[in-house]
Amino acid sequence: MAVETKMRKFMNDPANVVKESLAGLAAAHPNLLRYDSAAQIVVRKDAPKQGKVALISGGGSGHEPLHGGFVGLGMLDAACPGEVFTSPVPDQMLAATKAVDGGAGVVHIVKNYTGDVMNFKMAAEDAADDGIKVSAIVIDDDVAVQDSLYTAGRRGVGATVLAEKIAGAAAESGADLATVSDTVKRVNERARSFGVALSSCIPPAAGKPIFDLPEGEIELGIGIHGEPGRRRAQLGTAAEVVDVMVEAVMSDLKPSRGSQVLAFVNGMGGTPLIELYLLYAEVDRKLRAAGVEPVRNLIGNYITSLEMAGASLTVLHLDDELLKLWDAPVHTPGLRWGV
Amino acid sequence: MDGATVRSWMREIESSVRAQRDYLTQLDSAIGDGDHGTNVTRGFAAVVEALDGEKDAPPGRLLILAGRTLVSTVGGASGPLWGSALRSGGRVLGDSPTFDGQQVVEVLAAALASIKDLGAAAPGDKTMVDALEPAVEKLRGEVAAGAQPAAALASAAAAAEAGMEATIPLQARKGRASYLGERSIGHQDPGATSTALILRALERAVAAGS
Repeated sequence: MAVETKMRKFMNDPANVVKESLAGLAAAHPNLLRYDSAAQIVVRKDAPKQGKVALISGGGSGHEPLHGGFVGLGMLDAACPGEVFTSPVPDQMLAATKAVDGGAGVVHIVKNYTGDVMNFKMAAEDAADDGIKVSAIVIDDDVAVQDSLYTAGRRGVGATVLAEKIAGAAAESGADLATVSDTVKRVNERARSFGVALSSCIPPAAGKPIFDLPEGEIELGIGIHGEPGRRRAQLGTAAEVVDVMVEAVMSDLKPSRGSQVLAFVNGMGGTPLIELYLLYAEVDRKLRAAGVEPVRNLIGNYITSLEMAGASLTVLHLDDELLKLWDAPVHTPGLRWGV
Repeated sequence: MDGATVRSWMREIESSVRAQRDYLTQLDSAIGDGDHGTNVTRGFAAVVEALDGEKDAPPGRLLILAGRTLVSTVGGASGPLWGSALRSGGRVLGDSPTFDGQQVVEVLAAALASIKDLGAAAPGDKTMVDALEPAVEKLRGEVAAGAQPAAALASAAAAAEAGMEATIPLQARKGRASYLGERSIGHQDPGATSTALILRALERAVAAGS
C-alpha cells in the first residue's frame, strides 16, 4: 500500500489539536457532557451524582472516541485527555476526581502504560489527602506483550472500552465502590486483546509517521500509540491474519468449551467498516470453531491510534452478570443503546 | 552556587532540549511513540516561566517548584520522573541560600533515588538511569577527590554521555520501548539522551557562575 509520509490533517495549529477537538465534542453533545478547558477535563453534565460511585479514566489523546467520547449515562463520569499519545498530568485527574465525587468514591480506570500509571498514582495520593476515596484499577489485556520482569507489563487496550461500559453500568445501578472496582477487575481478568497494523500514524506534533511499513507487510502485536509491533510479517489474507489474532487471544484466555463471549473487533482509525465486518465474519466463525459462542459483539472504531490502518480483537469471557451489565442502557457520544 | 545557578541550569536545559527537540523525537519514534522532544521542551519552557515568577526563593525551593511544574505540564513518564527527581533534589537543599559541590552530589543522588524508586528501573534497563547513575558516581568520586564543581560536573556529564551511548545495544526492560522486545536493540534511549543533556546543562550553568 502507499506509504503516507506527509502530514495532511484538518487542523489549525498542531499545538491546539486536542483542545479544539474537545471543544467540538462539547459543542456536539451539550446534553451529555461539558468540557472544562481550564482543568482540561471532560465531565458528565449531571456530575457529581450524590451517592453514585464515579468512574474516571484518561490517557493520551489520539484514541478517540476513548475516553472523552465515553462520558455520559452508564459509562464514565469524567475523562482526562493528555496531549496526543502522552499521559495526562496528575492535576487533571485530581480535578476530575473532585468534579465527579458524589461521596461514594471514585474509580480510576488506568491503562497500563508507565506514564499513565505514575500520573494516576500521584493523583490518587493527592485525592486521598483531600479525603476522597479512590480505587485505581489497571487494565492490561494485550497478549502481544509478555508480562515479565523484562517489560513494562501488558498494555491496556480494547478491554478498557468494555470495562468502562460494564463498570459504568454497575455504578449506574447503585453498586458500591468495592463492587464497581471488582467489576473493572473482572472484565480485565476475563478479556484478552491482540492488534495488527497495516500502516503507522502521524502524531500532529511530529508531522511524520512513527514508522514506515514496507509494501506488502503487516505489523503484528501493535499497541495503540503508532508504535511498531512485536514482529513484522508478510501480509496474508484476512483469514490468515484473523487466525493469528484468534490464536493469540484464545491460547491465553483459555475459556472452557461452550463459554459465552463478547467479540470486539476494533478499528485503529484508518480501516473502513467494510474490512472490519469482513474480519468479524472470520472472527465469528473461528470462535465458534474453537468452541465458544460470541453472543455479543462490538464492531467499529472505539480505541484508535489516530489514522492508523489496522484492527484489534478483544475477546471477553462473559458471565450472566457481565452480560446483563453490557446490555444495560448507555448514552455517550461513542456508545448508545437502550435509551 | 545559589538560586541564580538553578535558574541558569533550567534555562540551559530549556535551550538545549529545544535545540535537540527533533533529535529526541526521532530517537523516541524508533522505540517509543515520538513525543519525547515535544514533551520535555514544553515542560522546561514552563519551568523557566515559573521560576521567573519566584524572584527571592532559595535554590532548594526553586528546584521543588521546577519539579512541581514538570509534573503538572509534561505528562507521560518523563514528567513524573524528572518532576519527582527535582523535588527530591530540592528537598536536600532545604532553605539554604547557597550550596557547594558536595551538596550537588547529594541533590543528584536524591534525584537518582527518586527516579529509580518511581520507575522501578535498574541500570541496564535502557532508561534514564543508565545515564544518571554513572554521572552521579563519577561526580561523587571527583568531588571527594577535591575537584572543583565545574570540572567535576564536566566529568559527570561525560559519564552520562557514555552511559547514554551504552544504551544502544541494550534491550529495553522498562517503559514503552520494552514492548518491542529485541527490536529495541540498536537504538539509543531517548530518556538517557535527555538526561545527558540535563547534566551537560548543569555543567554549563555552574561553569558560567564560577
